Amino acid sequence: MAANAAAQTAAPAKPDPMQRRVAACASCHGVHGEGLPGDVKIPRLAGKPAGYLLQQLEAFQNGQRHHAPMEYVVRQLSPEYLRQIADWFAAQQAPYEKQPVPAQTAEAMQRGEQLVKHGDPSRGIPSCESCHGSTLTGVEPMMPGLAGLSYAYIDAQLDAWRTHQRSTDGPGCMVVVANRMTVGDVTAVAAWLASQPPPANLHPLPASAQKEPLPGWCVIGKSEVQR
Amino acid sequence: MRRWRHGIWTLVLLLALGLGWWLFVPGRLHEPTPAQREAESAQLHDPALVARGAYLATVGDCAACHTARGGRPYAGGRALPTPFGDVPAPNITPDAETGIGQWSFEDFWRALHEGLGRHGEPLYPVFSYTSFTKVNREDAQAIFAYLKSLPAVRQPDRAPELAFPYSVRQGLVAWRALYFKPGVFQPDASRSAEWNRGAYLVQGLGHCNECHTTRNALGAMDEKQRLAGGEIPAQGWYAPDLSTQPGGGLAGWSAQDIVDLLKTGQSARGTAFGPMADVVRNSTQHLDDADLRAVATYLQSLPPRTPAAPVEVARAADLEAGGKLYGERCADCHGQDGKGVAGVYPPLDGNSSVTEPTGTNAVRGVLLGGFAPATAGNPEPYSMPPFAQQLSDEDVAAVVNYIRQSWGNHAAPVLSADVSRLRHTPVD
Repeated sequence: MAANAAAQTAAPAKPDPMQRRVAACASCHGVHGEGLPGDVKIPRLAGKPAGYLLQQLEAFQNGQRHHAPMEYVVRQLSPEYLRQIADWFAAQQAPYEKQPVPAQTAEAMQRGEQLVKHGDPSRGIPSCESCHGSTLTGVEPMMPGLAGLSYAYIDAQLDAWRTHQRSTDGPGCMVVVANRMTVGDVTAVAAWLASQPPPANLHPLPASAQKEPLPGWCVIGKSEVQR
Repeated sequence: MRRWRHGIWTLVLLLALGLGWWLFVPGRLHEPTPAQREAESAQLHDPALVARGAYLATVGDCAACHTARGGRPYAGGRALPTPFGDVPAPNITPDAETGIGQWSFEDFWRALHEGLGRHGEPLYPVFSYTSFTKVNREDAQAIFAYLKSLPAVRQPDRAPELAFPYSVRQGLVAWRALYFKPGVFQPDASRSAEWNRGAYLVQGLGHCNECHTTRNALGAMDEKQRLAGGEIPAQGWYAPDLSTQPGGGLAGWSAQDIVDLLKTGQSARGTAFGPMADVVRNSTQHLDDADLRAVATYLQSLPPRTPAAPVEVARAADLEAGGKLYGERCADCHGQDGKGVAGVYPPLDGNSSVTEPTGTNAVRGVLLGGFAPATAGNPEPYSMPPFAQQLSDEDVAAVVNYIRQSWGNHAAPVLSADVSRLRHTPVD
């Protein structure tokens, strides 16, 4: 009966049913996943690779990622519906708005740029660009973009990887990378990344852009395998 | 006077503990012979029995407690919160060392029916044997056959983390003497077969009473208040009264409304959320139509409830502020008339989760938002935004009081202090 009722009442003007369905996401991530203004610990979702978004939704269900409101919102959703939601946000095109970044010393910004573009071979830290794409907009199907994220979010995530509050299937690259970084490195990278005006197209690079193989200790999660 | 009473209770507790030690003789009561074990094992492999057991285990939602988040099904490890401390659910896969691999059916029956462990120890009633005791032997056998058919997972059980005196297991002997009477469900010959099936499912395997009944300070259910609603201990939710008669929490619900909610997660009267969304997604959506109808028939026979005393009316200024917020934040989906949109957004007028006595569900609904459960009947549910980050405690209280006292709703007002407390209540 409820299903019949849904069919009868779904007709009135609803330009994008999915946009209405995911209203719960919009209050924190924006109507089109563009994020919220200000330096908040909430990521932009629009245009991120669908495989990555799906993996994160699953991680909030199975306890690999922690954030109580997210865990509550996704807990009763099916794998199929999570995939639809991930696909929808991946397809969104939303403009970027500049976020404020806490002031840093010139040395810190220089260190941030160094790590993002070249890494620190003496400590086994690969550059951000080597995996997240030369445009830092990510690479299909699993590698998230870093461009357009707030300082607070990048800083919090690197910290979560360092302290094992965030994990993924397999050993996961970021646990290793983040633990090779100092606290100062984390601040520097987050500040430099958040200060850059991102390219107009925030969508990820095609999978073919990943020329160099990921380091041997990087294992990508099971969502990618299923896809 | 107070101290005197306290002393009496301590004495009672000590006597009960002493009596418990005396009555409680550890050890296994019926050790099966090897021949019995072999015969039992052959019977347990019957595919039809295993399939029926899988269905019944879903009806009982066994996996919900016996599976850790992100863990292997039925391998245990989920810590069940109680007001007395956390009790991790055990591994019930057939692993010989850490699961139920060495259990005979009699061991399983004694756990389900009598609430006794394999070594005769009394089990904590967070394992709902107060309901499962009503399950008949044939069904228990099917469930046991199913559990024995699962892949064995090696995962040792964790010890309960209970505060004294609840950590003393022998104290349960006194609790059981007061609050637990083992007994399989006895059909009522004056009722239809459908009613009896529904009563058997609701009172037994479905263990609906365990949440939908008020508990006393020692965690025991009030037998006279069956399914009349209650706060879910240690979880911060209210499980509403299930009577569909006048004065009942589901007053006016048709059998079809009940079937719809259990099968799809939503009905013309309301949507399952919070812990009930888990129940629908993992258990009730998979029930066959005959069983859902039986449950509805039984629930519709619950008696009318005494009308609640007239409630205090929220201050006019607060209601006005709440009404303004409602118009801005809620009316787009739930309608100015509180009627919602059939099949999409639940009505708030006459919604048992809005009007339940404590206001807990309405406050948490506003704070947490969320999706209706994704089910086969409603695979792409709509959602409600969480307002925790956007509305102050005062604003949440105002809008909740507005919806609790508008249209046909006449429920007691909540305080901003309640909102503050619930804002910090963990979600799991």
